[in-house]
Amino acid sequence: MNLEYSTKNKRSGPVIFSGYEQTGGIKKALEIGRENILLELKNSGLKGRGGAGFPTATKWMLTAASNAEKKFIVCNADEGEPGTFKDRVLLLEYPELVIDGMVIAGSTIGAKAGIIYLRGEYEYMFSFLEDYLTKMRKENIIGKSILGKKDFDFEIEIRLGSGAYVCGEETALIESLEGYRGEPRNRPPFPVNTGFLGYPTVVNNVETLASIPHIISKGGEWFKKFGTDKSTGSKLFSISGDCHKPGVYELPWGTKVSELLEIVEAENTKAVQVGGASGICIPKSQFNRTLAYEDAATGGSIIIFNESRNMLKVLKNFMEFFVEESCGQCTPCRIGNIKLLEGVKKIESGEASFSYLNNLKELSKTMQVASKCGLGQSSPNSFISILDNFKDEIFNSKVKGN
Amino acid sequence: MLTNEKNNLSAEIEKLVEIYGSERSSLLQILQAIQRKYKYISDFAQQEVARLLDIHPVEVHSVITFYAFLSTKPKGKNIVRICKTVLCDMSGKEAVENAVTKELGITFGETTKDNRITLEHTNCLGMCDEGPAMIVNEKVFTHLDPGKAINILNEIK
Repeated sequence: MNLEYSTKNKRSGPVIFSGYEQTGGIKKALEIGRENILLELKNSGLKGRGGAGFPTATKWMLTAASNAEKKFIVCNADEGEPGTFKDRVLLLEYPELVIDGMVIAGSTIGAKAGIIYLRGEYEYMFSFLEDYLTKMRKENIIGKSILGKKDFDFEIEIRLGSGAYVCGEETALIESLEGYRGEPRNRPPFPVNTGFLGYPTVVNNVETLASIPHIISKGGEWFKKFGTDKSTGSKLFSISGDCHKPGVYELPWGTKVSELLEIVEAENTKAVQVGGASGICIPKSQFNRTLAYEDAATGGSIIIFNESRNMLKVLKNFMEFFVEESCGQCTPCRIGNIKLLEGVKKIESGEASFSYLNNLKELSKTMQVASKCGLGQSSPNSFISILDNFKDEIFNSKVKGN
Repeated sequence: MLTNEKNNLSAEIEKLVEIYGSERSSLLQILQAIQRKYKYISDFAQQEVARLLDIHPVEVHSVITFYAFLSTKPKGKNIVRICKTVLCDMSGKEAVENAVTKELGITFGETTKDNRITLEHTNCLGMCDEGPAMIVNEKVFTHLDPGKAINILNEIK
């Protein structure tokens, strides 16, 4: 492998990269008990780091309240959003945080089994993670009677995906685990009631789980010190594109887009795509916006474009992505994305009339409300925001990029 | 397919079912194992998996065709996939593509005559800060340029 992961010591950040001693969180969790864990978590205000931002404490409480005979913790490592690679860093450099987070989750909701759903593209990590789990088993951090506590059993298994972006959606992920096509389910019922094999299941993003050991060992109040009122804590941002220092950065929520551009030494920036292909594209005039659930939300993907980039070409790449990755189950998403891509091609060749474009914008709105899952609901975001924010460049050939 | 080949494949699939279990939730793991070894899942293999898991062969076919990394058609001994998503596109993917197609004498979706390499595209590999990237079987290579990509291809047996 030509990948080097020696960067861990250089990383620093307020929460996840703040230093953690393995099992510290688990020991604290055992000491304070289930109810206090849930209270700390609720107090921390932690929301799902995959992008949707559902309060983690609520998810855990609903599952903990069930008295089903089996429950599951699923770690969603199906990181497929273009421009996102933070989970790669967490799994390779900070597996102790993810594993401890899963063990704490297991003890809190009463699950004995955890599954890491690793995307097929990350198969090269599989043996590394398997070896890591074997080591954890030997050290009694997972397995039977964890850390010597009687009846505290929790086992973790890794399952691979096979190249389907939609499987990052939690119900599609569960379908895939059950051996079906990764097509999202109708909700309700939610996985917290009816998840893997029909049992209550917590599906958490890798980064959400990695935040847990810190919150439990240092407290919800401490976590809340960072970020904004509605977006507590910090976030891992995967920053790529036109800048001198791409990579994964941990910054508190509420950081301005312009501040972030300074940190990664971006020059001549024209646009920033926040939230990956399914996110929104922000022009220069809005660089004072903040990265937070209540403003420009993201699961971590930040893509930077400088003045030389052709935004229509970028949009075309995004739409091609969605046409391929739509699972095809519901009509708005299956047909809608194809129609939007057709529209982009027509703009490219100069055939698109304004009424046609307005029709496509109407279609975008239909897709946002009528699609079954987040894929089709969010795929028109970049279409709408790029056409709105860069209309001069796109429709006035005099100011066209390369 | 010769009868003894069929028997061998059946025995192998039976073994996989023993390892992963005969529940429906084992299906993807079994298919992934067959794909890893044979680079595709033949009609016969699909039928055998269906028989051992007690589901209809159409169910197996339907699952295979859903996932980009599973295939019902034969492929080369090695599968090379070049990431075509936006950041690799911005960092010089096209030059790599041109060099690779010229060197191998095939276009995307095709297999070399000696059956050594099948060339494909893939969506985001999660290497956006290190593009352009490609994945050879399960190994990822990053920071590609035309020369580096050709060297990697030449080393594939």
